[in-house]
Amino acid sequence: MVKISLEFGLGLALVLFSLGLTGVLVRRNIVFILLSIEIMLNACGLAFIVVGSYFNQPDGQVMFFFILTMAAAEVAIGLGLVMQMYRKFHTLDTNSANLLRG
Amino acid sequence: MLEFLWLVPVLPLAGFAALVLLGKRITNPVVACISVGSVGLSAIFAAIAGISFIMSPPAGNGYSQTLWTWIQVGNFSPAASFYLDALSVVMMLVVTFIGLLIIIYSTAFMAADEDYRRFFAYMNLFIASMLILVLADNLVFLYLGWEGVGLCSYLLIGFWYKNSQNGLAAIKAFLVTRIGDTAMAIGLFLLFATFGTLDIQLLSQKISQYPVGSTTLILAASLLLAGAIGKSAQLPLQVWLPDAMAGPTPVSALIHAATMVAAGVYLIARTNFIFINAPAVMTIVAIIGVVTLLIAGFSALVQHDIKRVLAYSTISQIGYMFLALGVGAWSAAIFHFMVHAFFKSLLFLCAGVVITAMSGVHDIFKMGGLRRKLPLTFWAFLIGCASLSALPLVTAGFYSKDMILWQVWSSPSGGPVLWAAGLVGALLTSLYAFRVIFIVFFGEPKTAVDYKPAWRISAVLVILAFLSIVGGFIKLPMELEKLSVQAQYVFQAIAGVTSLAGILFAYLLFAGERRFVRSLLNSKLCVILRDLWFADWGFDWLYNNLLVRPYQWLAFINRDDFIDSIYDATAALCGFCNKVLSASVNGNLRWYVSGIVIGSIIIIAFVVLL
Repeated sequence: MVKISLEFGLGLALVLFSLGLTGVLVRRNIVFILLSIEIMLNACGLAFIVVGSYFNQPDGQVMFFFILTMAAAEVAIGLGLVMQMYRKFHTLDTNSANLLRG
Repeated sequence: MLEFLWLVPVLPLAGFAALVLLGKRITNPVVACISVGSVGLSAIFAAIAGISFIMSPPAGNGYSQTLWTWIQVGNFSPAASFYLDALSVVMMLVVTFIGLLIIIYSTAFMAADEDYRRFFAYMNLFIASMLILVLADNLVFLYLGWEGVGLCSYLLIGFWYKNSQNGLAAIKAFLVTRIGDTAMAIGLFLLFATFGTLDIQLLSQKISQYPVGSTTLILAASLLLAGAIGKSAQLPLQVWLPDAMAGPTPVSALIHAATMVAAGVYLIARTNFIFINAPAVMTIVAIIGVVTLLIAGFSALVQHDIKRVLAYSTISQIGYMFLALGVGAWSAAIFHFMVHAFFKSLLFLCAGVVITAMSGVHDIFKMGGLRRKLPLTFWAFLIGCASLSALPLVTAGFYSKDMILWQVWSSPSGGPVLWAAGLVGALLTSLYAFRVIFIVFFGEPKTAVDYKPAWRISAVLVILAFLSIVGGFIKLPMELEKLSVQAQYVFQAIAGVTSLAGILFAYLLFAGERRFVRSLLNSKLCVILRDLWFADWGFDWLYNNLLVRPYQWLAFINRDDFIDSIYDATAALCGFCNKVLSASVNGNLRWYVSGIVIGSIIIIAFVVLL
């Protein structure tokens, strides 16, 4: 089994996280923003696992399960909100859902 | 029978309370019954108290009745107590009886007024306050009545409040007298701080042991004098009284005859022990009196409004009383006050009849020939004017005014100058009094008049006319100084001739065509003088420019309120921040996310770099 180096793993997680963040910042479609958030969550999970295996401890994988559970819950609520948003605004564009502007 | 003294002020007060509390349920006749009844009973009790006081004078020539301790703070405990001596007997009788007559007159005079009940409630309160003032045993209780009188004059001058001019006149009266009231209050504080009591009898004892002419006494006397000047409309605070004519005519009668303006004279007479020990202030009192009586006499000479003529004549006559007080002729001042109450209430009530008959016209030049249309009023007015101008031998005014002039001559603090000024004032008095008579009641009728005064009005006029004639023979229950009879006859003759000369001049000047007066008005000087006198020697103009306008200007430039602007600026800053921050809350999801990201980067950068 090939040991993947810590730098490589964390670098991959950073790249994934940046991709997700860029997605959140640049996409206007709410579904794609949710997808990008999933990517960011998984980047965090990857970082946990990499660091956990580096220290030969199972804690990182435990944390990944938490993240997975939370992501599932988030998707369930997030998709529900997306449905509501579509019903209310007839669009998925976040820029048009700006009723809370000051 | 002196135990019933407390009923004298309490009854009118109870009448006031009844009129206020019973509300709109009672009809006009009931209102009249309550008011006349309460003041009438008060007058009866006053008469009983007065008679029993004169018949069997109590020990020390003073009767004191304490009801309860009014205020108890440390060693300061003024009581609600009444004091009856020769001075307050006269004042009490005049206030209750003249007040009663004026109220009876008002029941007919105000019959058509929609605020009948309110009017009589105020009148009752006015009389009750004045009675408290004259009967009070200590200066704090006296001050209660003093302020009550001021309040009632404000309420009654502005009685027809729907016309804003009347409201302004009421405010003017209140503010001008307030200047005096404030000074008087400071005077009371000073007396209490120095002597530790405001009880008049105790104060009198303590002051008699105090050095004469000390600064404290002079200061206290000056402050009390300022209060008296304000209430009695003397120079320089006389400006409110002519404007106070805005009130109903019975109110003017009450203010001028029995209450309000008499308060100042009474205050000085009551606290004479302070003034005697401050001779400098006594001289000032006399000078104020003499200047006021001359100034007001000239002003009365050129007025058009019948009530304003009477107002200036009141200022002038009160000037005589101040002159008498200033030379120490206390009893002469009070005697003149009593006689003045008779004829001045008579004159005002007659003027009320004339104005009603002319359906509200006050201008004497629009009247004329009323002698035949209003015979009773004419005779009553004639008697009043004769008494005012001190027609020799037959009128009460002659005896009182002569007494003042004689005492001014003979008193050590008086002298020929003050006496001569008083004599010129007497000439002016008969001149302006008979000017009104000749213009209003003689000559050709200018309007058709068809008016008969109600029997209650006529009865009151007859009673007052009677009193104006025989009032001079009433011997006051005060010791009158022994005068050398021979010299006095000479002075009586001089005063009588002066009065007659005034009437003659008035006939020559103002009866008929008034050709001479008209030709006088061709010269520029006379016109300037007339305008000056007409405007009360420009006192109103002076005060307007000296006090009112600068105050209004200050109020104008500070209309946004300097202190307020600090709080306004705080509010404006908050509003500005709100605008800036609410621009950032634009409801755009990606904007928020960018904010979070940038914030996180900054925080992380901090943690890493530091």
